[in-house]
Amino acid sequence: MDLVKIGENIWQIPKRGDMNVPALIYASEKLLADVRRDITLDQARNVACLPGIQRMSYVMPDAHQGYGFPIGGVAAFDLDGGIISPGGVGYDINCGVRLLRTDCTEKDVSGRRKELLAEIFKEVPAGVGKGGVTRLSRSVLKDILVKGAEWAVENGYGTKEDLERTEEYGRMKDADCAAVSDRAMERGVPQLGTLGAGNHFLEIQKVREIFDREAAAAFGVEAEGQIMVMVHCGSRGLGHQVATDYIELMGNAFGTSGLPDRELVHAPFRSELGRRYYGAMCAAVNYAFANRQMIAHWIRDVFARVLGSSEGMRQVYDVCHNVAKVERHPVGGGAARELCVHRKGATRSFGPGRPEIPAAYRAVGQPVIIPGSMGTSSYLLVGTAAAEELSFGSTAHGAGRVMSRHEALRRFRCEQIRDELAQRGIELKSANWKGVAEEASASYKDVDEVVRVSHDVGLGKLVAKLAPVGVMKG
Amino acid sequence: MKKYDILPHTADGKFRAWGRTLEEAFANAALATASLMWDWEKVEPKLSQAVRLEGRDREQLLVKFLGEIIFLFETRKFLLASVDGLEIRDVPDGFFLEAEFRGDTLSDRRDIHGDVKAVTYSEMKIDEERGGVVLQVVVDM
Repeated sequence: MDLVKIGENIWQIPKRGDMNVPALIYASEKLLADVRRDITLDQARNVACLPGIQRMSYVMPDAHQGYGFPIGGVAAFDLDGGIISPGGVGYDINCGVRLLRTDCTEKDVSGRRKELLAEIFKEVPAGVGKGGVTRLSRSVLKDILVKGAEWAVENGYGTKEDLERTEEYGRMKDADCAAVSDRAMERGVPQLGTLGAGNHFLEIQKVREIFDREAAAAFGVEAEGQIMVMVHCGSRGLGHQVATDYIELMGNAFGTSGLPDRELVHAPFRSELGRRYYGAMCAAVNYAFANRQMIAHWIRDVFARVLGSSEGMRQVYDVCHNVAKVERHPVGGGAARELCVHRKGATRSFGPGRPEIPAAYRAVGQPVIIPGSMGTSSYLLVGTAAAEELSFGSTAHGAGRVMSRHEALRRFRCEQIRDELAQRGIELKSANWKGVAEEASASYKDVDEVVRVSHDVGLGKLVAKLAPVGVMKG
Repeated sequence: MKKYDILPHTADGKFRAWGRTLEEAFANAALATASLMWDWEKVEPKLSQAVRLEGRDREQLLVKFLGEIIFLFETRKFLLASVDGLEIRDVPDGFFLEAEFRGDTLSDRRDIHGDVKAVTYSEMKIDEERGGVVLQVVVDM
């Protein structure tokens, strides 16, 4: 596809044909070469054709082909006349990342890494088919869908301070249990408090490098060698079922014959079906917040038990990277107004002063957490005011795959990966060793390049680089 | 006749399944889906699960049918071994499918090697060729 370079790391697909707006891609030449290997750009153009889309169809630096919408896609729609689409959120609703800081240094844990990881592995259920620790009743599940992480804190998992340091304070207010199907609930019951499988992981990390000391200090990141903990997971089968259900319902109600891709199916935001999907999606978002809240709590318990204390083990932040939200943004040079912002494989990246950011961070901006792939670095960034103009306040969400699982399995052996990680001082635990080969870091884009582009363009600024010392894969 | 082939896909699972009839192709697509999670040939067909569902069109019918495998696995720990008596009928609003899943309950989690989370319409093909049907499906993993 023909792209017009309009700035350093910025490319445009000009508006033509059925497009309502242009598409804009943030990528270096190197990342663009990856993007061109699949149909990401066609998908970005398809999104630009949807009713009520505002400004541009945006593509983040880590983008790759998704279903309907690209992964790494950001699109905002007018509330009147615009749409909401399950494909613009993704199947794993509120797949996201939580980061905890600790008072420990690399030295404090050096002899205890194996033990820490083994204990976490015992506490946190992971892998396919692994049930949660509690058999939930339907009424408790409904409570969780309404209250999210608040439910978890009320039930002894973590503290109120954790909620303040979670996107949406851990609870989407518009959750509607009645819009969540019985099938979705049934899938949700056995999986609460589980990490899941695939690309989901939990890591003990150390701060490798600090780029912005002021923002780092505000986020509780003080020195190189400081130990951090990262959790990457989502809403499990419940979220997938919500997406599946509404793709079917919207297809039945509005038809799919006019769509270039059936996964682009959507409903007017103001329609009954649009409202119901938004309510069900918010409920799934809350399930994922509760899930990460419980997992983080168990990790703190393990640190307390193994190291004698978990004091100072505070949450830096928790971000969603598969979500649609109503937010205020300026459009067309006019005053800010409410839009339905879809972020699919993209992270909110709000700059200083936004009311959505907790008071503790409002002067510096929102922490943005970008997980790497298994065994590579992850990053902590800070949101910018510029990102509001550039991408409705959004940046990348991670590394993004470049190689199929099939190909990864053919090329890599899990023992070889485990040994290589061990040589680099990284401990690995997994519920599924075949999955280890599938998640080999060579199957992913270069996360260093992704965050460099985010920083250079101004979508999110570098704060700290985090390197794994212990990895638990689902 | 070959039942199915697993194809490369950047982020997820993709396969093609064949059959002399639409029914046989659907049954083979079910085995292909199961093969991404467990070795269905090693599962004993001890238990039975009745499947009855409707779809507005053949694509939706296929998404719902394969989705049943994921649902039964996640909520009942049911491992599919074979598909019996699959019938697809035209009904006023589209299609009706009836089948019997045979399989067993998961006893050892180590038998699971992958996680299929959703069935998508992405790159879906239902092609009726001379003497047979080819299905192509991408599943979210």
